[in-house]
Amino acid sequence: MHATDTDILAAAETWRRDGRDVALATVIETWGSAPRPVGSHLVIDGGGNFLGSVSGGCVEGEVITEGLDVIADGRSRILEFGVADETAWRAGLSCGGRIRVFLERVA
Amino acid sequence: MRIETLRALNAERAARRAAILVTDVGDGEQRLVREPDIAADPLAEALRAHLTSGRSGLVEAGGRQLFLTVQVPPVRLVVIGAVHISQALAPMAAALDLAVTVIDPRTAFATPERFPDVDLVPLWPDAALAGPVPPLDRYCALAALTHDPKIDDPALAAALRAGCFYVGALGSRKTHARRVERLTAAGFSEAEIGRIRAPIGLDIGAATPAEIALSVLAEIVAAGRAGGSA
Repeated sequence: MHATDTDILAAAETWRRDGRDVALATVIETWGSAPRPVGSHLVIDGGGNFLGSVSGGCVEGEVITEGLDVIADGRSRILEFGVADETAWRAGLSCGGRIRVFLERVA
Repeated sequence: MRIETLRALNAERAARRAAILVTDVGDGEQRLVREPDIAADPLAEALRAHLTSGRSGLVEAGGRQLFLTVQVPPVRLVVIGAVHISQALAPMAAALDLAVTVIDPRTAFATPERFPDVDLVPLWPDAALAGPVPPLDRYCALAALTHDPKIDDPALAAALRAGCFYVGALGSRKTHARRVERLTAAGFSEAEIGRIRAPIGLDIGAATPAEIALSVLAEIVAAGRAGGSA
């Protein structure tokens, strides 16, 4: 596991302990030239603050928006991004890769 | 994820213990499997394989998709001897993401000029390992390179006691035979002493310091990937 990704998990714990609402995103699968490896994390709080990266910037905005929904309803979900995806026009990976991201609430 | 699970995962990492978080990505159910509990786990085979590779990833089990978040302590390399080989070894080890520490009580050898940007500890190994250098564990590799038993032996003994996944010692077969006698007299068993790789390094016909460093690092990578660590 990448050193910075372990820092993300430490931050997720600290944020939650501090009483913030927290969602955690994890890259669970990649195809092609995905910018961040499987296991990469992004942590999001209820205010839209975030640490870490799942795609080097391409789809973070979308993941953060979905993260706020996960914080609201508590249901984990899987997001998929790629140039062939129907969401590509708003949040595609310019590199041509595809990624699946698991998003969960830390409660 | 429950905060208790996250806290437990972070605690395992802080203690330099391997653990795997198993997440059912269909319903979000999770459990943390600590390394000693892997053998008795229904997913033992997959968990062991992922721990050995050090890579997180998806597995299928019973028609469900499970994501394995693999957490393995970062490998440390402790080098005994601020010698010529170590000068070549330190930057090559850093390129392999190994955290390198060089220990040598001889202050003429252990100078920042000879080892720029290297964690250098100018102390006897016992003193270094009792203080400034974190304790050895099974996610450490130790390479003893001084040729001097007064410096190498205590470090080798500490590495064997700590169960380092790799323990190597420079020196000819004759030098090693004498080392075996000393360690036997110090109370180490044949099996324990047999864990020392000597002569050190894969046999690639290495001649220069950099080539010997390469052969040592290749041996460390092989030991790690064979399941010792990494």
